[in-house]
Formats: sequence, C-alpha cells, structure tokens
Amino acid sequence: MPFNVLVLTSLAYVAFLFVVAFVVERRAMRGEMRFLRSPVVYTLSLSIYCTAWTFYGAVGSAARTGVEFLTIYLGPTLVFVGWWWVLRKLVRIGRRQRVTSIADLISSRYGKSNLLGVLVTVIAVVAATPYIALQLQSVTLSFGAFAASDPQAWAMPGRDATAIWVAAGLALFTILFGTRNLDAKEQHHGIVMAIAVEAVVKLVALLAVGIFVVWGLGGGPSAMIARIEAHVDPQWAMQPGRWAGLIFLSAAAVITLPRMFQVLVVENVDEAHLSRASWAFPAYLFAMSLFILPIAVIGLERMPAGANPDMLVLTLPLHEGQGGLALLAFLGGFSSATSMVIVETIALATMVSNHILMPAWLWLRPQAAVSGNLRGAILLARRLSIIMVLALGLAYFRLSGGSGALAAIGQIAFAGMAQVLPALLGAIFWRGGSKLGALLGLSIGFVTWGYTLFLPSFGAGALISADLLQNGLFGLAWLRPQALFGTGAMDPLIHSIFWSLALNVAGYLIGSLLSFPDPVERIQGAAFVNAFDDELQAERVGWTHGQAEPEALLNMAQRILGEEAAISFFEAEAGAQGKAGFLPDLTPRFLAGLERNLAGSVGAATAHAMISQLFGRATVTVEDLMAVATEAAQIMEYSARLESQQSELSRSARQLREVNEKLTQLSVQKDAFLSQISHELRTPMTSIRAFSEILAEGDLPAVRVAEYGQIIHAEAKRLTRLLDDLLDLSVLENGAVHLDLALSHLGQMIDRALAAASQTRPERNFDIQRDYASEEIHLRTDADRLVQVLINLISNSRKYCDAQAPVLRIAVRQKGGRVVVDFIDNGAGIAKDKQGLIFEKFARLSDDGRAGGAGLGLAICREIMGNLGGTVSYLPGQKGAAFRVSLPLRIEKPQERPMEKPQERPQ
Amino acid sequence: MRQVLLVEDEANIAEALRFILSRDGWAVSVLADGARALAEVARLRPDLVILDSMLPGMSGLEILTALRADPDHAGLPILMLTAKGQLRDREAAERAGVSAFMSKPFDNSEIRALVRDLLGA
Repeated sequence: MPFNVLVLTSLAYVAFLFVVAFVVERRAMRGEMRFLRSPVVYTLSLSIYCTAWTFYGAVGSAARTGVEFLTIYLGPTLVFVGWWWVLRKLVRIGRRQRVTSIADLISSRYGKSNLLGVLVTVIAVVAATPYIALQLQSVTLSFGAFAASDPQAWAMPGRDATAIWVAAGLALFTILFGTRNLDAKEQHHGIVMAIAVEAVVKLVALLAVGIFVVWGLGGGPSAMIARIEAHVDPQWAMQPGRWAGLIFLSAAAVITLPRMFQVLVVENVDEAHLSRASWAFPAYLFAMSLFILPIAVIGLERMPAGANPDMLVLTLPLHEGQGGLALLAFLGGFSSATSMVIVETIALATMVSNHILMPAWLWLRPQAAVSGNLRGAILLARRLSIIMVLALGLAYFRLSGGSGALAAIGQIAFAGMAQVLPALLGAIFWRGGSKLGALLGLSIGFVTWGYTLFLPSFGAGALISADLLQNGLFGLAWLRPQALFGTGAMDPLIHSIFWSLALNVAGYLIGSLLSFPDPVERIQGAAFVNAFDDELQAERVGWTHGQAEPEALLNMAQRILGEEAAISFFEAEAGAQGKAGFLPDLTPRFLAGLERNLAGSVGAATAHAMISQLFGRATVTVEDLMAVATEAAQIMEYSARLESQQSELSRSARQLREVNEKLTQLSVQKDAFLSQISHELRTPMTSIRAFSEILAEGDLPAVRVAEYGQIIHAEAKRLTRLLDDLLDLSVLENGAVHLDLALSHLGQMIDRALAAASQTRPERNFDIQRDYASEEIHLRTDADRLVQVLINLISNSRKYCDAQAPVLRIAVRQKGGRVVVDFIDNGAGIAKDKQGLIFEKFARLSDDGRAGGAGLGLAICREIMGNLGGTVSYLPGQKGAAFRVSLPLRIEKPQERPMEKPQERPQ
Repeated sequence: MRQVLLVEDEANIAEALRFILSRDGWAVSVLADGARALAEVARLRPDLVILDSMLPGMSGLEILTALRADPDHAGLPILMLTAKGQLRDREAAERAGVSAFMSKPFDNSEIRALVRDLLGA
C-alpha cells in the first residue's frame, strides 16, 4: 500500500474526528446535549482503557504468555460489576465536589492540601510519561509495519520524525478541543464524542481482523479451538500469583489512571449512566478480548519467525494481502493510541496547571489573583501543560529507543498509578484517613515503586547501576531493588506491587492514626465518606410509614417546645390534614414544619439530628455533630453574655446594698455623733448655768463668788475649745484645709510641741528622751499643723501615762523619702481591743484625769496627717503607749484628698 | 437630816448640785465613780439617789437597773440626769423604773423642787 494513501487515510480520519468534535462542541454550547446524554457515549468513552497496548499488545502478550492478557480485562470487569460500591461513590463525590482530576480529589479530601495535589500530579506524570511514549511508539511501529511490507513502494521516514508529527498533531487536537473554554467541571463534550467514535472504530477493526482470522484463516470456530489447544508452549502455563497481582493491578488502574478518572468521573454527565456502563463496558472488553488468542495463534503459525508479536494485528492482514483490512486495523490502533494520548494529556494538563503551574504563577505574581485576568493565564497554563506532557512522552520515546515490549511499559504505569489507590479508597470510605497518612503512604509507595520497578525497567546500568541491582543499596542485600527483604523469588512486577502497596498502606494507616485531622480535613472527610447521606434524606422525604410514631414525636416536641405549644402545633397540622382531633400523619410537609419549629428552639442541626434519630437513621454524621457543637457554642456564648449581664446586675445590686448599708451606718453614726456633741456641749453648759444662777442670787461670800466665777470661765473655755475642735475637724475632713507649706526643721518643731504640751498637767515631771542628731531633718510641710499633731500626742502621754517616773522617748528615722517619728512612753499603753477605736471621734477611753478634751484630739491628728500626705498610727507591742507619725519629706503640692470616707464626716 | 447620794463624774456639776442641795438642808454625799455606786448605796442607805447617765465604770442606767432588782431598794427614789437629751434615754430610764428624769442643763429651782418632792418633804 502506498505510503501516501496511508498518510491521507490517517489525515482524513483525523479530519473526521475534528469535525465530530467540533460539531458536538458547538451543539453542546447551544445546549443541545440530548444525544451526548446517552449512556452509550459514556460507555464508549470508557474504552480509552483499551489503548494501543491492548489493541496491539494484548496479541503480543497472548503470543508470549497465553491467556494472561485476560487479567487486564478481568480487573476492570470486576470493578464495573461491583460499581455500586466504589464507582458510584466516586462519581457522586466527583460531581458533588466538582472534582477536576484525581489529584484534585485527593487534595480536596485531605484538607485541600496542595502539597498532596502536587505529589499525586508528579506520580501521575512520572507514571504516564512512558505510557504516552508507548502510544507514540505503537503508531510509529504501525507505520513501520506498512513500510516493511512494501519496501519498494515508499521509504519509511525516520521513526523519530513520525513520532514528532504524531505528537504535534495530537498536541494541536488536544489544545483545540481540550482548552477551548474553561468549564468548572472540566468537561469536554467534543473530545468525549470523538473518543466514542474512536472506540467504535477500534472495536470494529479488531473484530474484523478477528473474524477474518477465525473464518478466513482458521477454518471456523471449532477448528480454531482445536488449533489453539494444539498450540503447546511452556510459557503459556498459568501463574496464579501473577494472575492475582495483574487482576488487582488492572482493577486499581481502571480507577486511578488519570485518563480513566477523567472519563469515568470528570466527564460523567449523569450518574445513571454508570449502571448501564456496569454491564456494557465489561461487554465491550469481552468483545475486545474475544479474538486476541486466535490472532496470536494464527499469527505465530503463519508469520515468519522473529516477527514482532505486538504487531500481529496489523502484520497478519498485510501478510495475507488484505490491504483494506490492514488499513482498518491501522486505524483501530491509531484510534487507540490517539484517544488515550488526548485524554491522558488533558487529565495530566489539568493537574499540572491546577496544582503546579497556577499556584507557582500566583505565588510569583500575587497581585494577579485580584486583577481578574486569570482566565487567560489558566488557559495558557493548560496549553503549556499539554505541550509539556506530550514533550515528555516524546522525549521518553526517543531516550528509551522504543525498546521493550508494549505490555511491560503498560504494567509499570499501572503499578505507579496504583499507588494512589490506598489514599483514594481511604478518602471515600475511611473518615480517619488524614493528610499526613496520605502524604506518607503516597510518597513511600511512589519511592518504592520507583526503586523496585520504574528505575530497573530501564535495564541494569541505565539509571541505576548493575552493582546496585545485584547487591542492593549501600551494599545491603535486603535492599536489592528486585528482592526487598530477601523476597527475590517473586516475579519482579508482583514483587514491586506487593512491597510498594504494602508499605504505602502501612504508611497511610500509621500516618492517619498518628495525626489528628484539622477541621477542614474533618469536614471534607465527612462530606466524602457520607456522600450518600443526602440520598437518605431524600428517601426520608418520600417516606410516610416511618418507624417513628406520631406519639414519640409529640413527646419530643412537648419536651422542647413546651406542652401547649407542641399540642397546638400538632392540632393545627392535623386540622390542615383534615383529621382534626387525631394526631397528624407523618407527611414530609408535617415533618419539615416540625423540624423548623424545633429548630427555633434547639437550632437547625440539633433539630435535624433529633428527627433523624427518631426515624431510625442511626448515623448522625460528623457534620451534624459539628453543627450541633456550633449551635451549642452559640448558645453558650449567649448564656455567657446573659451570665455576665446578670453578674453585672448583681454587682450593682450589691453596690446599692453596700451604699444603703453605708447610709444606714452613717445615719446611726450621725445620731451617735449628735448625741455625743449634745453631751459635750450640755455638760459645760450645765455647770455654767447652775453657777450663774447661784451667783445671780447675790448672797454669796466673795471667796465663793471668785471660785464659782472661775469655774464658769473654765467651762466657757472648754465650750469654746470644743467648738474650735469641731470646726477644725470639719474643715480637715472636708479637705478644705489650707496648708502653709514651707521648709521647717523637725527638731525645732518637736521643741515647740514639747513646750506647748508642757502646760498639760504641768505638775508632772516627764523624762523626755531624744536623739537630736536624728532630728536634723528639714521637711517641706505645714509646720503649724504638724506641731498640732505632735502637741496632741505629747499631751496625751502627759495625761494618760500612769508610770511613777514617766518617760517619753521620741525616735526619728528617715526611710527613703519619708520621715517616721515615734512617741513611746513607759505607761500601761492601750488595751488591744481599744487600739482600733482611739482615732475615732469622742473615743475617750477614760474620764479619769481628763484635761478638758472632748475626745476629738486623735481624730483631728489623723485628719491632719492625711492632709499632710502622712499617717498617724498606734504601734502595738511596745512597752507603753506608742504612736507613730509618718510623713513625706516634701509635699510637692497640697494633697487632693478624695472623698473616700464619707461616713466619717458628720452632716 | 435626809441623805442624798449624788453620783456625778463632772466635778463642777457635782459641786453646783452639792452647793444648792446642802443649802436646802439635805445631807449630800458625792461619788464620781459609777462602779462604786451600789456599794455606796448599801453603806450609806440614802433617801435619794441622783444618777448621771454617763459615768465611768458603770453607767447610770446599769446602776438604776441593779438597784431596782434589789428588793432592799425597791422604794428608793432615784433621779436620773442626762446631758444627751435624747428621748430614747429617757424612755429607757422610765422602763427601768426611774422615779424622775431631768435633762442637763437644768434650772436650779426646778431640781430643788423635784428633790424636795422625792424626799417627801
């Protein structure tokens, strides 16, 4: 067949796909998506699972190892048959969370961690790059096969050139239809339809070749079976371990491969399609695998020894002179390769741009996030990612030299991507799975996979040295890449799958158990694991024969709403249902109303949880609980506010009570004070009046007249002094006192006080002990006022000191900025229980030997010292009576005395 | 001669009362210490006791209460003087069984007349 025809056919086919994609895209934009919403299209798009590896490689695999190729179909079949458990949930979560890729799902589930997104993206790119290279290789090989069949007709262009052309064409197609616009869900209707068309082409091509082989070459089905059975090859013996491993691997791959996730979850337009696909897709796989073995057996029989078994689908028709059939097979393989590359590239480009390029770009230009022109940037990132992914595949293709069997490369990619499986299954089934666990499991699995399978796959000495392969890392035999922990007897692929996934799962479990998920993780975990909860809710709405009895609901409502409110609500509802006098039916409307009603009292989440509980929906989700907790927190905050208001109220009540008590006390004190004043005034007046009456009688001897006149005079003076003291005290207590501040010598002030006080009981001879040196202090104070205090203290001593040889010691000390003057006599002192009283007004302790004082002296002293910024206090524990005067060296300004003790100020 | 016991700690007041009552022919005995008042009553057996209400040692009210509790002195006339001038004190004294009550300062002729009445002259 001429090369031109081949190229033209390919181009025409590609152009046809362009048209299909374009038309569908246009119609989808106009909203005409009816035929797109077909489960058939969805099922066919899933067929990108069957890449060139399956199209060409399955026959190669069958030629080498017999029916082992079936494992690659059995895994997905099992997954789809059991779609109810995993796929349904994945699709639901994908739609609900608007997941755009498998990296996005993992990152979103584990607390929206971009680190995880990057990790999954890296794994996907590393695992998929050889796979993309594989597709390029298969296209190149198929061109080569045509060229080889007819070497005279045309010269095969360089295989690299072919690969570059193919890659460039695919890049163009992918960019055109993969990045036409930005859709939040990353759906690409044009591409999906093109893939569906290609799925039909590759199935038809393979079936056509198969039918030709069985009926054209093999002599019908029964003869064919006989031939297969006649074919004896020791290589074809079944290896159960490999089978189990490969079935598991392909089952994992059908979920985790980026392109599969793309068509399965991201491009899904209707969850119901899944149930159709659950049998239709396995049927498609069955059809694809039906003729693999006959083609392989006939190919081995008819083709010359040394022919590449991977190309038998193509080379067998060519060899039999069936040019048209070969062209169809070529288109089938071409379809397999291109559809895989296109979708894989879109999936990877989404991950790379969303998790690596855009975050990096936004990190470099933070202002761009707010400037709004993100759309262009994202599209550019997407296109660059597409080119990058294809360039990587191309580079791998050229570096690897196109060597190696197709199937082996595919299996390595499967095993690499399977590392995402533990984190993915944990994401949707285990709420305990945490970000740390996912990171740990993914990275351990990825590294183990790279070390045991990916790197050795390049051959000894290529990327890891032969020595390392033979003797292990650091010369440790148990670290040999293909014999970890001494398990060298295993098949290398199974060995790698086993260890990478075992360590991966262990890392995931340990990391998850050791870390506590943060709130975002918990919310996401709940949303993912409980993806079907709203479905239960939806069921509840249509559920009229609930397990909860109306009585139970009434009971609950009464407890929350209060008896009457609950009954009146139930009665109103029953009336609305037309069955007044009975309990209402549990219609959705009634339940919703009840929930709203309860929500008013206990909060929406609690109300919802309660009704759910009564309806036997045993699982109250974490989200429910968190919502309840939030409400509880709000309620607590509210009650805390109330409590603080209440404590404020009780504080002011207490203050009021205290003020009231103070006022009562003041009133009592005022009465006592008036009574005291009255007594102090009336006593001298009694004498004055009595004696003046006596004198007025005029018949007294002169001696008596003089004596009684003297008494009247003394009592009058006493009255005057009392009034003076009262006025003094009043002024001092009101703080209205005027201070004459000046520098005065302390010793001189004591001299003055002693001189003045000596008139009190002048007959007593006091021994005054002083330390004159210590009195050399100059004070800035009101000297007259201070002397008044000193006089009072010395006079008191003179009056009350009962010692035979009275001694008064005056001790002066300077402490910091203060001066302390102590007056200590050798009398009996003041009894302990009276010490607290002496500074109160009229607190005269004894009337014996009183020198006319009214008991105001110490009260006045205290007031004066307060005005002078000092204190006067009784010093207990001395031998005799002891008073201490303490005052500052300087009063800088007259003391502003706050009215702190109103109860001491009469009237 | 009728005996009057005057319990008063204010020396000048005591002197004034002693002077005017002696002049009326009564035998006046003066005591300044309240604590010794009961003993003095027992010893002196006066015909009249004049009590100041504010006394060192024992207050006038306490002395009055103690005397009234003693059957020996059930009929003893007691005159109470007070400088506080509050109704409350007067009521307390009357409840305790005082014979007469007088506020300070007093009118000399009034107290003389009152003493005369109390002594039944």
